[in-house]
Amino acid sequence: MKITQEEIKKIALLSRLEVKEEHMGHMEKELSDILSYVAELNELDLEGVEPMAHAVPIHNVFREDVTKPSLDHDLALSNAPEEEDGYFKVPRVVQE
Amino acid sequence: MATIHELHTKLVNKEISAVELTKAVIAHKEQVEPAVHAYLSDSHEQALAVAANVDEKIAKGEAISPLAGVPGAIKDNICIQGQPATCASKMLENFIPPYNASVMEQLFSQDVVSLGKLNMDEFAMGGSTENSALAKTANPWNTDCVPGGSSGGSAAAVSSGSAIWALGSDTGGSIRQPASFCGVVGMKPTYGNVSRYGLIAFASSLDQIGPVTRDVTDAAIVMNAITGHDVKDSTSIPGDRPDYTKALVNDVKNIKIGVPKEYYGEGLNAEVRKAMDEAIETYKKLGAEIIEVSLPTTKYALSAYYIIALAEASTNLARYDGVSYGLRVPADNLVEMSTKTRTEGFGQEVQRRILLGTYVLSSGYYDAYYLKALKVRRLIKNEFDEAFKQVDLLLAPTAPNTSYKFGEKLNDPLAMYLEDVCTVPVNLAGIPGISVPTGMSSSNLPIGMQLLGPAMGEEVLLRAAYTFEQARPDCQVVAPTGEVSL
Repeated sequence: MKITQEEIKKIALLSRLEVKEEHMGHMEKELSDILSYVAELNELDLEGVEPMAHAVPIHNVFREDVTKPSLDHDLALSNAPEEEDGYFKVPRVVQE
Repeated sequence: MATIHELHTKLVNKEISAVELTKAVIAHKEQVEPAVHAYLSDSHEQALAVAANVDEKIAKGEAISPLAGVPGAIKDNICIQGQPATCASKMLENFIPPYNASVMEQLFSQDVVSLGKLNMDEFAMGGSTENSALAKTANPWNTDCVPGGSSGGSAAAVSSGSAIWALGSDTGGSIRQPASFCGVVGMKPTYGNVSRYGLIAFASSLDQIGPVTRDVTDAAIVMNAITGHDVKDSTSIPGDRPDYTKALVNDVKNIKIGVPKEYYGEGLNAEVRKAMDEAIETYKKLGAEIIEVSLPTTKYALSAYYIIALAEASTNLARYDGVSYGLRVPADNLVEMSTKTRTEGFGQEVQRRILLGTYVLSSGYYDAYYLKALKVRRLIKNEFDEAFKQVDLLLAPTAPNTSYKFGEKLNDPLAMYLEDVCTVPVNLAGIPGISVPTGMSSSNLPIGMQLLGPAMGEEVLLRAAYTFEQARPDCQVVAPTGEVSL
Protein backbone atom coordinates (compact mmCIF):
# COMPACT_ATOMS: atom_id res chain seq x y z
CA MET A 1 0.00 0.00 0.00
CA LYS A 2 1.71 3.12 -1.20
CA ILE A 3 0.80 6.57 -0.04
CA THR A 4 1.56 9.40 -2.44
CA GLN A 5 3.11 12.76 -1.60
CA GLU A 6 -0.11 14.36 -2.74
CA GLU A 7 -2.08 12.30 -0.22
CA ILE A 8 0.39 13.22 2.51
CA LYS A 9 -0.17 16.89 1.72
CA LYS A 10 -3.92 16.36 1.94
CA ILE A 11 -3.84 14.59 5.32
CA ALA A 12 -1.30 17.10 6.61
CA LEU A 13 -3.76 19.87 5.84
CA LEU A 14 -6.54 17.93 7.60
CA SER A 15 -4.20 17.33 10.57
CA ARG A 16 -3.05 20.96 10.72
CA LEU A 17 0.54 19.86 10.27
CA GLU A 18 3.09 21.05 7.81
CA VAL A 19 5.32 18.40 6.24
CA LYS A 20 8.40 20.20 5.04
CA GLU A 21 9.54 19.44 1.50
CA GLU A 22 12.83 17.95 2.75
CA HIS A 23 10.93 15.46 4.99
CA MET A 24 8.52 14.40 2.26
CA GLY A 25 10.78 11.63 0.92
CA HIS A 26 11.31 9.70 4.16
CA MET A 27 7.75 10.40 5.35
CA GLU A 28 6.45 8.85 2.13
CA LYS A 29 8.58 5.75 2.68
CA GLU A 30 7.82 5.35 6.40
CA LEU A 31 4.08 5.81 6.03
CA SER A 32 3.98 3.46 3.03
CA ASP A 33 5.94 0.79 4.96
CA ILE A 34 3.52 0.94 7.88
CA LEU A 35 0.43 0.94 5.65
CA SER A 36 1.79 -2.03 3.67
CA TYR A 37 2.35 -3.91 6.88
CA VAL A 38 -1.14 -3.30 8.29
CA ALA A 39 -2.67 -4.28 4.92
CA GLU A 40 -2.20 -7.89 6.16
CA LEU A 41 -5.70 -7.51 7.67
CA ASN A 42 -7.01 -8.08 4.14
CA GLU A 43 -6.02 -11.74 4.52
CA LEU A 44 -8.78 -12.26 7.09
CA ASP A 45 -12.37 -13.15 6.36
CA LEU A 46 -14.29 -10.58 8.41
CA GLU A 47 -17.70 -11.20 6.90
CA GLY A 48 -20.37 -10.84 9.58
CA VAL A 49 -17.97 -9.85 12.38
CA GLU A 50 -19.37 -7.05 14.50
CA PRO A 51 -16.87 -4.20 14.92
CA MET A 52 -15.73 -3.52 18.50
CA ALA A 53 -14.84 0.05 19.41
CA HIS A 54 -14.59 -0.55 23.14
CA ALA A 55 -13.52 -3.46 25.33
CA VAL A 56 -16.04 -2.81 28.08
CA PRO A 57 -19.71 -3.04 27.14
CA ILE A 58 -20.79 0.08 29.03
CA HIS A 59 -23.32 2.28 27.23
CA ASN A 60 -25.15 5.50 28.08
CA VAL A 61 -23.72 6.31 31.49
CA PHE A 62 -26.16 8.64 33.21
CA ARG A 63 -25.98 10.45 36.51
CA GLU A 64 -28.27 12.72 38.49
CA ASP A 65 -28.28 16.27 37.23
CA VAL A 66 -26.95 18.00 40.32
CA THR A 67 -25.10 21.29 40.51
CA LYS A 68 -21.52 20.92 41.70
CA PRO A 69 -18.62 23.33 41.83
CA SER A 70 -16.72 23.40 38.56
CA LEU A 71 -13.29 24.62 37.53
CA ASP A 72 -12.71 28.17 38.69
CA HIS A 73 -12.72 30.72 35.85
CA ASP A 74 -9.24 32.05 36.60
CA LEU A 75 -7.85 28.55 36.96
CA ALA A 76 -9.37 27.56 33.62
CA LEU A 77 -7.62 30.50 32.01
CA SER A 78 -4.35 29.97 33.89
CA ASN A 79 -2.68 28.20 30.95
CA ALA A 80 -4.08 30.46 28.23
CA PRO A 81 -1.39 31.52 25.74
CA GLU A 82 -3.25 34.83 25.47
CA GLU A 83 -6.35 36.12 27.24
CA GLU A 84 -8.41 39.26 27.41
CA ASP A 85 -11.30 40.17 29.74
CA GLY A 86 -11.65 36.59 30.92
CA TYR A 87 -11.68 35.06 27.44
CA PHE A 88 -9.16 33.11 25.38
CA LYS A 89 -7.80 35.45 22.76
CA VAL A 90 -7.13 34.21 19.21
CA PRO A 91 -6.23 35.87 15.89
CA ARG A 92 -9.11 37.43 14.03
CA VAL A 93 -11.31 34.70 12.53
CA VAL A 94 -13.54 36.69 10.17
CA GLN A 95 -11.45 38.66 7.74
CA GLU A 96 -12.39 42.25 6.87
CA MET B 1 15.52 -4.42 48.58
CA ALA B 2 13.37 -1.59 49.89
CA THR B 3 9.72 -2.32 49.17
CA ILE B 4 6.54 -0.49 50.16
CA HIS B 5 5.49 -3.23 52.55
CA GLU B 6 8.87 -3.40 54.31
CA LEU B 7 9.13 0.38 54.60
CA HIS B 8 5.55 0.61 55.87
CA THR B 9 6.46 -1.81 58.68
CA LYS B 10 9.54 0.28 59.50
CA LEU B 11 7.40 3.43 59.63
CA VAL B 12 4.77 1.86 61.86
CA ASN B 13 7.44 0.38 64.17
CA LYS B 14 9.12 3.79 64.32
CA GLU B 15 12.42 2.37 63.05
CA ILE B 16 12.51 5.29 60.63
CA SER B 17 10.39 8.43 60.31
CA ALA B 18 8.63 9.33 57.07
CA VAL B 19 10.72 12.51 56.82
CA GLU B 20 13.95 10.53 57.26
CA LEU B 21 12.78 8.00 54.68
CA THR B 22 11.84 10.70 52.17
CA LYS B 23 15.18 12.45 52.69
CA ALA B 24 17.03 9.14 52.22
CA VAL B 25 15.25 8.42 48.93
CA ILE B 26 15.84 12.00 47.74
CA ALA B 27 19.57 11.63 48.59
CA HIS B 28 19.68 8.35 46.67
CA LYS B 29 17.80 9.93 43.79
CA GLU B 30 20.34 12.74 43.58
CA GLN B 31 23.09 10.13 43.33
CA VAL B 32 21.55 8.02 40.57
CA GLU B 33 19.75 10.66 38.51
CA PRO B 34 22.78 12.10 36.67
CA ALA B 35 23.20 8.71 34.95
CA VAL B 36 19.55 7.60 34.72
CA HIS B 37 17.49 10.79 34.19
CA ALA B 38 14.15 9.24 35.06
CA TYR B 39 12.61 12.51 36.24
CA LEU B 40 11.35 15.55 34.36
CA SER B 41 10.43 17.61 37.43
CA ASP B 42 10.68 17.39 41.22
CA SER B 43 8.29 18.04 44.08
CA HIS B 44 10.61 17.46 47.05
CA GLU B 45 9.13 20.23 49.19
CA GLN B 46 5.57 18.95 48.89
CA ALA B 47 6.89 15.42 49.48
CA LEU B 48 8.59 16.43 52.74
CA ALA B 49 5.48 18.30 53.89
CA VAL B 50 3.33 15.19 53.36
CA ALA B 51 5.97 13.06 55.11
CA ALA B 52 5.89 15.39 58.15
CA ASN B 53 2.13 14.99 58.23
CA VAL B 54 2.51 11.20 58.19
CA ASP B 55 4.97 11.39 61.08
CA GLU B 56 2.47 13.43 63.06
CA LYS B 57 -0.18 10.77 62.51
CA ILE B 58 2.22 8.02 63.59
CA ALA B 59 3.18 10.00 66.69
CA LYS B 60 -0.49 10.40 67.60
CA GLY B 61 -0.94 6.67 67.20
CA GLU B 62 -3.26 7.07 64.20
CA ALA B 63 -3.39 4.34 61.59
CA ILE B 64 -1.66 5.17 58.31
CA SER B 65 -2.43 3.77 54.86
CA PRO B 66 -0.05 1.11 53.45
CA LEU B 67 1.33 3.65 50.97
CA ALA B 68 1.53 6.61 53.35
CA GLY B 69 4.96 8.15 53.59
CA VAL B 70 6.64 5.74 51.15
CA PRO B 71 8.09 7.90 48.33
CA GLY B 72 6.84 7.26 44.82
CA ALA B 73 6.71 9.17 41.55
CA ILE B 74 4.22 9.76 38.77
CA LYS B 75 4.41 9.48 34.97
CA ASP B 76 4.27 12.92 33.41
CA ASN B 77 0.97 12.34 31.60
CA ILE B 78 -1.01 12.18 34.87
CA CYS B 79 -2.24 15.56 36.11
CA ILE B 80 -1.29 16.94 39.51
CA GLN B 81 -2.66 20.41 40.20
CA GLY B 82 0.08 23.01 40.27
CA GLN B 83 2.84 20.70 39.01
CA PRO B 84 3.92 20.43 35.37
CA ALA B 85 2.43 17.68 33.18
CA THR B 86 4.48 17.84 30.01
CA CYS B 87 3.83 14.45 28.39
CA ALA B 88 7.53 14.88 27.54
CA SER B 89 6.41 17.19 24.73
CA LYS B 90 7.37 20.71 23.74
CA MET B 91 3.63 21.20 23.25
CA LEU B 92 2.98 20.94 27.00
CA GLU B 93 6.39 21.99 28.31
CA ASN B 94 4.85 24.89 30.26
CA PHE B 95 1.45 23.37 31.02
CA ILE B 96 0.43 23.39 34.69
CA PRO B 97 -2.73 21.31 35.25
CA PRO B 98 -5.49 23.23 37.06
CA TYR B 99 -6.84 20.02 38.65
CA ASN B 100 -5.83 16.59 39.96
CA ALA B 101 -6.34 13.31 38.14
CA SER B 102 -8.75 11.08 40.08
CA VAL B 103 -5.92 8.66 40.91
CA MET B 104 -4.00 11.56 42.45
CA GLU B 105 -7.03 12.58 44.54
CA GLN B 106 -7.16 9.00 45.78
CA LEU B 107 -3.42 8.87 46.48
CA PHE B 108 -3.28 12.26 48.22
CA SER B 109 -6.13 11.23 50.51
CA GLN B 110 -3.84 8.36 51.58
CA ASP B 111 -0.91 10.69 52.40
CA VAL B 112 1.14 9.69 49.44
CA VAL B 113 4.58 11.19 49.01
CA SER B 114 5.39 11.96 45.36
CA LEU B 115 8.94 13.01 44.54
CA GLY B 116 8.18 14.25 41.03
CA LYS B 117 7.10 13.53 37.49
CA LEU B 118 8.68 10.90 35.28
CA ASN B 119 9.97 10.86 31.73
CA MET B 120 8.16 9.02 28.95
CA ASP B 121 7.90 8.81 25.18
CA GLU B 122 6.19 11.96 23.95
CA PHE B 123 2.43 11.55 24.51
CA ALA B 124 3.20 7.90 25.44
CA MET B 125 4.01 7.11 21.82
CA GLY B 126 6.96 4.79 21.66
CA GLY B 127 8.64 1.82 23.28
CA SER B 128 12.01 3.17 24.38
CA THR B 129 11.44 6.66 25.90
CA GLU B 130 13.75 7.92 23.13
CA ASN B 131 10.79 9.88 21.77
CA SER B 132 10.82 12.17 24.81
CA ALA B 133 11.38 15.72 23.61
CA LEU B 134 12.71 16.75 27.02
CA ALA B 135 15.16 14.17 28.42
CA LYS B 136 16.98 10.93 27.70
CA THR B 137 16.35 8.20 30.28
CA ALA B 138 18.80 5.29 30.56
CA ASN B 139 18.27 1.71 31.68
CA PRO B 140 19.72 1.38 35.22
CA TRP B 141 21.11 -2.07 34.30
CA ASN B 142 23.16 -0.69 31.43
CA THR B 143 23.14 3.02 30.77
CA ASP B 144 23.93 2.46 27.06
CA CYS B 145 20.54 0.77 26.76
CA VAL B 146 16.97 2.07 26.64
CA PRO B 147 14.65 1.65 29.65
CA GLY B 148 11.77 0.64 27.38
CA GLY B 149 8.67 2.74 27.06
CA SER B 150 6.59 4.57 27.05
CA SER B 151 6.67 4.52 30.89
CA GLY B 152 10.49 4.35 30.75
CA GLY B 153 10.90 6.93 33.50
CA SER B 154 8.58 4.97 35.82
CA ALA B 155 10.47 1.69 35.33
CA ALA B 156 13.93 3.32 35.50
CA ALA B 157 13.05 5.23 38.70
CA VAL B 158 11.80 2.14 40.53
CA SER B 159 14.67 0.01 39.23
CA SER B 160 17.32 2.57 40.22
CA GLY B 161 15.68 3.25 43.60
CA SER B 162 14.93 6.94 42.98
CA ALA B 163 11.30 6.03 43.73
CA ILE B 164 10.03 3.03 45.67
CA TRP B 165 6.98 2.77 43.40
CA ALA B 166 5.60 4.65 40.42
CA LEU B 167 2.50 5.09 38.33
CA GLY B 168 2.69 4.50 34.61
CA SER B 169 0.15 4.19 31.83
CA ASP B 170 -0.26 1.33 29.38
CA THR B 171 -1.86 1.77 25.94
CA GLY B 172 -0.09 -1.06 24.11
CA GLY B 173 2.42 -2.33 26.66
CA SER B 174 3.77 0.92 28.06
CA ILE B 175 3.85 -0.33 31.67
CA ARG B 176 4.67 -3.99 31.12
CA GLN B 177 7.45 -3.65 28.53
CA PRO B 178 9.61 -1.07 30.42
CA ALA B 179 9.02 -3.06 33.64
CA SER B 180 10.42 -6.12 31.89
CA PHE B 181 13.37 -4.14 30.42
CA CYS B 182 14.26 -2.74 33.87
CA GLY B 183 13.66 -5.86 35.99
CA VAL B 184 10.65 -4.61 37.97
CA VAL B 185 6.97 -5.50 38.26
CA GLY B 186 4.44 -3.66 36.07
CA MET B 187 0.70 -4.15 35.99
CA LYS B 188 -1.81 -3.05 33.39
CA PRO B 189 -5.23 -3.31 35.05
CA THR B 190 -8.46 -4.25 33.28
CA TYR B 191 -9.71 -1.40 31.09
CA GLY B 192 -12.08 0.56 33.33
CA ASN B 193 -10.67 -0.71 36.64
CA VAL B 194 -8.68 2.48 37.33
CA SER B 195 -10.06 5.93 36.48
CA ARG B 196 -8.57 7.68 33.45
CA TYR B 197 -9.84 11.10 34.55
CA GLY B 198 -6.81 13.39 34.44
CA LEU B 199 -4.68 11.02 32.37
CA ILE B 200 -3.70 12.95 29.26
CA ALA B 201 -5.27 10.92 26.45
CA PHE B 202 -3.36 9.03 23.77
CA ALA B 203 -5.84 6.32 22.66
CA SER B 204 -8.86 6.49 24.94
CA SER B 205 -10.22 2.99 24.35
CA LEU B 206 -6.85 1.45 25.22
CA ASP B 207 -5.21 3.70 27.87
CA GLN B 208 -5.07 2.50 31.47
CA ILE B 209 -3.09 3.70 34.52
CA GLY B 210 -1.24 1.10 36.58
CA PRO B 211 1.57 0.45 39.07
CA VAL B 212 5.30 -0.10 38.57
CA THR B 213 6.81 -1.66 41.69
CA ARG B 214 9.69 -3.72 43.06
CA ASP B 215 7.63 -6.78 43.88
CA VAL B 216 4.17 -8.26 43.44
CA THR B 217 3.02 -7.41 46.98
CA ASP B 218 3.73 -3.75 46.25
CA ALA B 219 1.77 -3.98 42.99
CA ALA B 220 -1.25 -5.19 44.98
CA ILE B 221 -0.81 -2.34 47.49
CA VAL B 222 -0.69 0.32 44.77
CA MET B 223 -3.63 -1.31 42.98
CA ASN B 224 -5.70 -1.04 46.18
CA ALA B 225 -4.80 2.64 46.37
CA ILE B 226 -5.85 3.57 42.81
CA THR B 227 -8.68 1.18 41.90
CA GLY B 228 -12.37 2.06 42.06
CA HIS B 229 -15.35 3.36 40.17
CA ASP B 230 -15.19 7.04 39.22
CA VAL B 231 -18.19 9.03 38.01
CA LYS B 232 -15.79 11.37 36.19
CA ASP B 233 -14.73 8.56 33.84
CA SER B 234 -17.70 7.27 31.84
CA THR B 235 -15.77 4.10 30.95
CA SER B 236 -15.09 3.28 34.60
CA ILE B 237 -16.44 -0.13 35.65
CA PRO B 238 -19.11 0.24 38.36
CA GLY B 239 -19.13 -1.75 41.57
CA ASP B 240 -16.81 -2.50 44.48
CA ARG B 241 -13.27 -3.74 44.11
CA PRO B 242 -11.65 -6.55 46.07
CA ASP B 243 -8.73 -6.09 48.48
CA TYR B 244 -5.95 -7.08 46.09
CA THR B 245 -3.50 -7.90 48.89
CA LYS B 246 -5.83 -10.78 49.85
CA ALA B 247 -4.96 -12.35 46.50
CA LEU B 248 -1.31 -12.73 47.55
CA VAL B 249 -1.58 -16.45 48.27
CA ASN B 250 1.47 -18.63 47.79
CA ASP B 251 -0.26 -21.46 45.97
CA VAL B 252 -0.99 -22.26 42.33
CA LYS B 253 -2.04 -25.89 42.78
CA ASN B 254 -4.70 -26.84 40.22
CA ILE B 255 -4.59 -23.40 38.62
CA LYS B 256 -4.77 -23.82 34.86
CA ILE B 257 -2.13 -21.85 33.00
CA GLY B 258 -2.48 -21.53 29.26
CA VAL B 259 0.57 -21.20 27.05
CA PRO B 260 -0.56 -19.48 23.82
CA LYS B 261 1.69 -20.90 21.13
CA GLU B 262 1.43 -17.80 18.92
CA TYR B 263 3.56 -15.87 21.44
CA TYR B 264 6.42 -18.34 21.12
CA GLY B 265 6.98 -18.22 17.40
CA GLU B 266 9.49 -16.72 15.05
CA GLY B 267 11.23 -13.59 16.29
CA LEU B 268 11.33 -14.63 19.94
CA ASN B 269 14.82 -14.26 21.36
CA ALA B 270 16.30 -17.63 22.39
CA GLU B 271 17.20 -16.47 25.90
CA VAL B 272 13.74 -15.03 26.46
CA ARG B 273 12.29 -18.31 25.24
CA LYS B 274 14.49 -20.25 27.67
CA ALA B 275 13.38 -18.04 30.59
CA MET B 276 9.74 -18.70 29.65
CA ASP B 277 10.36 -22.46 29.51
CA GLU B 278 11.93 -22.31 32.97
CA ALA B 279 8.99 -20.30 34.32
CA ILE B 280 6.57 -22.87 32.89
CA GLU B 281 8.66 -25.61 34.54
CA THR B 282 8.48 -23.73 37.86
CA TYR B 283 4.70 -23.53 37.68
CA LYS B 284 4.48 -27.23 36.81
CA LYS B 285 6.53 -28.14 39.87
CA LEU B 286 4.28 -25.96 42.00
CA GLY B 287 1.29 -28.00 40.91
CA ALA B 288 -0.24 -25.78 38.23
CA GLU B 289 -1.71 -27.42 35.18
CA ILE B 290 -0.06 -26.25 31.96
CA ILE B 291 -2.23 -26.30 28.85
CA GLU B 292 -1.18 -25.28 25.37
CA VAL B 293 -3.75 -22.98 23.78
CA SER B 294 -4.08 -21.22 20.45
CA LEU B 295 -5.10 -17.62 19.79
CA PRO B 296 -4.82 -17.65 15.99
CA THR B 297 -5.64 -13.98 15.37
CA THR B 298 -2.70 -12.82 17.55
CA LYS B 299 -0.61 -12.40 14.40
CA TYR B 300 -2.94 -9.61 13.28
CA ALA B 301 -3.22 -7.83 16.62
CA LEU B 302 -0.33 -5.47 15.98
CA SER B 303 -1.85 -4.15 12.75
CA ALA B 304 -5.28 -3.75 14.31
CA TYR B 305 -3.71 -2.06 17.33
CA TYR B 306 -1.75 0.50 15.33
CA ILE B 307 -4.73 1.41 13.15
CA ILE B 308 -6.98 1.90 16.20
CA ALA B 309 -4.40 3.61 18.41
CA LEU B 310 -3.34 6.03 15.69
CA ALA B 311 -6.91 6.81 14.70
CA GLU B 312 -7.77 7.63 18.31
CA ALA B 313 -4.56 9.59 18.76
CA SER B 314 -5.23 11.75 15.73
CA THR B 315 -8.58 12.82 17.14
CA ASN B 316 -7.41 13.14 20.75
CA LEU B 317 -4.47 15.33 19.80
CA ALA B 318 -6.62 17.63 17.68
CA ARG B 319 -7.16 19.62 20.90
CA TYR B 320 -3.61 21.00 20.76
CA ASP B 321 -4.40 23.98 18.58
CA GLY B 322 -2.66 26.77 20.48
CA VAL B 323 -5.94 28.28 21.69
CA SER B 324 -6.55 27.48 25.34
CA TYR B 325 -3.38 25.89 26.74
CA GLY B 326 -0.03 24.53 25.68
CA LEU B 327 2.30 26.00 23.09
CA ARG B 328 1.19 28.78 20.78
CA VAL B 329 3.18 29.90 17.77
CA PRO B 330 1.62 33.23 16.78
CA ALA B 331 0.30 33.74 13.26
CA ASP B 332 -2.11 36.05 11.43
CA ASN B 333 -4.99 33.60 11.23
CA LEU B 334 -6.34 30.67 13.17
CA VAL B 335 -5.49 27.86 10.73
CA GLU B 336 -1.94 29.09 10.33
CA MET B 337 -1.57 29.49 14.09
CA SER B 338 -2.72 25.90 14.70
CA THR B 339 -0.55 24.50 11.92
CA LYS B 340 2.59 26.30 13.08
CA THR B 341 1.91 25.43 16.72
CA ARG B 342 1.41 21.75 15.99
CA THR B 343 4.32 21.46 13.57
CA GLU B 344 6.66 23.03 16.11
CA GLY B 345 5.16 21.50 19.26
CA PHE B 346 4.92 17.84 18.25
CA GLY B 347 7.94 15.61 17.69
CA GLN B 348 8.42 13.44 14.60
CA GLU B 349 6.83 10.26 15.91
CA VAL B 350 3.75 12.10 17.18
CA GLN B 351 3.35 13.83 13.80
CA ARG B 352 3.79 10.55 11.96
CA ARG B 353 1.07 8.94 14.10
CA ILE B 354 -1.33 11.86 13.68
CA LEU B 355 -0.86 11.73 9.90
CA LEU B 356 -1.47 7.98 9.75
CA GLY B 357 -4.42 8.22 12.11
CA THR B 358 -5.96 10.94 9.99
CA TYR B 359 -5.35 8.84 6.88
CA VAL B 360 -7.07 5.69 8.18
CA LEU B 361 -10.09 7.73 9.28
CA SER B 362 -10.32 9.80 6.12
CA SER B 363 -13.09 9.39 3.59
CA GLY B 364 -12.42 6.45 1.31
CA TYR B 365 -10.10 4.66 3.74
CA TYR B 366 -12.25 4.32 6.85
CA ASP B 367 -13.75 0.97 5.79
CA ALA B 368 -10.47 -0.39 4.46
CA TYR B 369 -8.53 0.28 7.66
CA TYR B 370 -10.39 1.48 10.72
CA LEU B 371 -13.56 -0.59 10.40
CA LYS B 372 -11.51 -3.68 9.55
CA ALA B 373 -9.31 -3.15 12.60
CA LEU B 374 -12.38 -2.91 14.85
CA LYS B 375 -13.58 -6.25 13.50
CA VAL B 376 -10.20 -7.86 14.13
CA ARG B 377 -10.37 -6.43 17.64
CA ARG B 378 -13.62 -8.35 18.16
CA LEU B 379 -11.98 -11.60 16.97
CA ILE B 380 -9.08 -11.09 19.37
CA LYS B 381 -11.42 -10.45 22.29
CA ASN B 382 -13.49 -13.53 21.39
CA GLU B 383 -10.36 -15.70 21.30
CA PHE B 384 -9.29 -14.53 24.75
CA ASP B 385 -12.82 -15.17 26.06
CA GLU B 386 -12.71 -18.70 24.64
CA ALA B 387 -9.26 -19.33 26.13
CA PHE B 388 -10.40 -18.20 29.58
CA LYS B 389 -13.16 -20.81 29.50
CA GLN B 390 -10.35 -23.38 29.43
CA VAL B 391 -7.64 -21.79 31.58
CA ASP B 392 -7.38 -19.36 34.51
CA LEU B 393 -4.59 -17.30 33.03
CA LEU B 394 -2.12 -17.14 30.16
CA LEU B 395 1.67 -17.01 30.30
CA ALA B 396 3.68 -15.26 27.58
CA PRO B 397 6.87 -13.25 27.18
CA THR B 398 6.35 -9.52 27.84
CA ALA B 399 8.63 -8.59 24.95
CA PRO B 400 10.30 -10.69 22.25
CA ASN B 401 13.71 -9.22 23.18
CA THR B 402 15.53 -7.67 26.11
CA SER B 403 16.51 -3.98 26.14
CA TYR B 404 18.67 -2.66 23.32
CA LYS B 405 21.13 0.16 22.65
CA PHE B 406 20.03 3.75 22.12
CA GLY B 407 19.37 4.55 18.48
CA GLU B 408 19.11 0.92 17.39
CA LYS B 409 15.47 1.14 16.28
CA LEU B 410 14.88 4.88 16.36
CA ASN B 411 15.12 5.45 12.61
CA ASP B 412 12.88 2.56 11.66
CA PRO B 413 9.39 3.19 13.05
CA LEU B 414 8.05 -0.14 11.83
CA ALA B 415 10.83 -2.08 13.60
CA MET B 416 9.97 -0.20 16.79
CA TYR B 417 6.27 -1.04 16.39
CA LEU B 418 7.06 -4.75 15.93
CA GLU B 419 8.55 -4.84 19.44
CA ASP B 420 5.02 -4.36 20.82
CA VAL B 421 3.78 -7.62 19.35
CA CYS B 422 3.35 -9.43 22.71
CA THR B 423 1.71 -6.62 24.64
CA VAL B 424 -0.89 -5.01 22.37
CA PRO B 425 -3.48 -7.84 22.23
CA VAL B 426 -4.17 -7.30 25.94
CA ASN B 427 -5.11 -3.64 25.40
CA LEU B 428 -7.33 -4.46 22.44
CA ALA B 429 -9.24 -6.98 24.58
CA GLY B 430 -9.24 -4.73 27.65
CA ILE B 431 -7.97 -7.53 29.90
CA PRO B 432 -5.37 -7.22 32.70
CA GLY B 433 -1.71 -8.22 32.46
CA ILE B 434 1.22 -8.21 34.84
CA SER B 435 4.91 -8.38 33.93
CA VAL B 436 7.24 -9.97 36.47
CA PRO B 437 11.04 -10.39 36.39
CA THR B 438 11.87 -13.84 35.05
CA GLY B 439 15.64 -13.94 34.94
CA MET B 440 18.58 -12.26 33.25
CA SER B 441 20.09 -12.53 29.78
CA SER B 442 23.74 -13.43 29.21
CA SER B 443 24.45 -9.72 28.71
CA ASN B 444 22.96 -9.04 32.16
CA LEU B 445 19.71 -7.46 31.02
CA PRO B 446 16.39 -8.37 32.65
CA ILE B 447 13.77 -10.63 31.05
CA GLY B 448 10.08 -10.42 31.92
CA MET B 449 7.09 -12.70 31.53
CA GLN B 450 3.54 -11.50 31.49
CA LEU B 451 0.55 -13.22 32.99
CA LEU B 452 -2.77 -12.37 31.38
CA GLY B 453 -6.19 -12.87 32.90
CA PRO B 454 -9.86 -12.36 32.10
CA ALA B 455 -11.46 -8.91 32.59
CA MET B 456 -11.41 -7.97 36.30
CA GLY B 457 -9.28 -11.08 36.93
CA GLU B 458 -6.43 -9.14 38.58
CA GLU B 459 -6.59 -11.39 41.65
CA VAL B 460 -5.60 -14.60 39.88
CA LEU B 461 -2.72 -12.74 38.18
CA LEU B 462 -1.44 -11.36 41.48
CA ARG B 463 -1.70 -14.77 43.11
CA ALA B 464 0.19 -16.56 40.34
CA ALA B 465 2.80 -13.80 40.10
CA TYR B 466 3.28 -13.79 43.88
CA THR B 467 3.69 -17.57 43.96
CA PHE B 468 6.30 -17.42 41.20
CA GLU B 469 8.18 -14.70 43.05
CA GLN B 470 8.26 -16.80 46.24
CA ALA B 471 9.44 -19.88 44.34
CA ARG B 472 12.10 -18.10 42.28
CA PRO B 473 14.10 -15.70 44.45
CA ASP B 474 16.81 -15.92 41.76
CA CYS B 475 14.55 -13.77 39.56
CA GLN B 476 14.26 -11.04 42.21
CA VAL B 477 16.97 -8.79 40.88
CA VAL B 478 18.16 -5.35 41.96
CA ALA B 479 19.88 -3.01 39.50
CA PRO B 480 23.49 -2.03 40.31
CA THR B 481 22.44 1.29 41.86
CA GLY B 482 19.02 0.14 43.02
CA GLU B 483 19.72 -0.41 46.71
CA VAL B 484 18.59 2.56 48.79
CA SER B 485 20.61 3.00 51.98
CA LEU B 486 18.45 4.13 54.88
